[in-house]
Amino acid sequence: MFDYVGGIADWKAAGLPFEGIADRRERVAEATRSDPIICRPDEPIVDVRSRQGIDRWEIAAVVDCDGVVVGRLRPAALEGPDDRLVKEVMEPGPSTVRPDGLLQPLVDRMERRNAPHVLVTTPQGNLLGILFQEEGRRVLAGESPTRIWRDCDGCPGRWAASAD
Amino acid sequence: MVTPIDRAELLRLIETEDTQVVDVLPRREYDESHLPGALSIPLRELTPETVADLSTQKPVVVYCHDGL
Repeated sequence: MFDYVGGIADWKAAGLPFEGIADRRERVAEATRSDPIICRPDEPIVDVRSRQGIDRWEIAAVVDCDGVVVGRLRPAALEGPDDRLVKEVMEPGPSTVRPDGLLQPLVDRMERRNAPHVLVTTPQGNLLGILFQEEGRRVLAGESPTRIWRDCDGCPGRWAASAD
Repeated sequence: MVTPIDRAELLRLIETEDTQVVDVLPRREYDESHLPGALSIPLRELTPETVADLSTQKPVVVYCHDGL
């Protein structure tokens, strides 16, 4: 016999499906992209600059060897000397959200705070993905995340706004 | 003997073996939400009779809310 110690709280926090009559309002997990650009604290920024898709990125997650978020990196941070390390230019300890939280109030909060994106983690801080405010809005408007992200083919970590 | 496992091990068991998942939370909480396919056997109702339908030949995983 096994005991799943984390219980259903851990299961939901990971954004996994569940059954029952619980509140079916949209959750953060439904609009969370699982393909953020990731870098390590001890990487030289020159290595991050050469990463595929970096030309269209807005934010990168900095994670330690256990996958725990320790910081975030904005494009301007890569403009320094090649030998600088990510940990020297990252913003440490960024705010993160859980995937089982309600999407609507989070997107509203992001809008009020002018926050275009937020990292999504487990309660233990392990990176699960990234939520973009505009993608959250589209999901709340009834668009399928799959369709939204198909529009974004080839732009890791970013949905490319369509011409229309 | 009960072996503690994490989510990754639970997912592995579900994917690779015919695992029986048992929710021991009160029935009302089970009705609210539970793992896909989980059986409900509230902790207070655990008796030889209520677990009689579980196979002893297959893994059994129990869970509650958050381990507290």
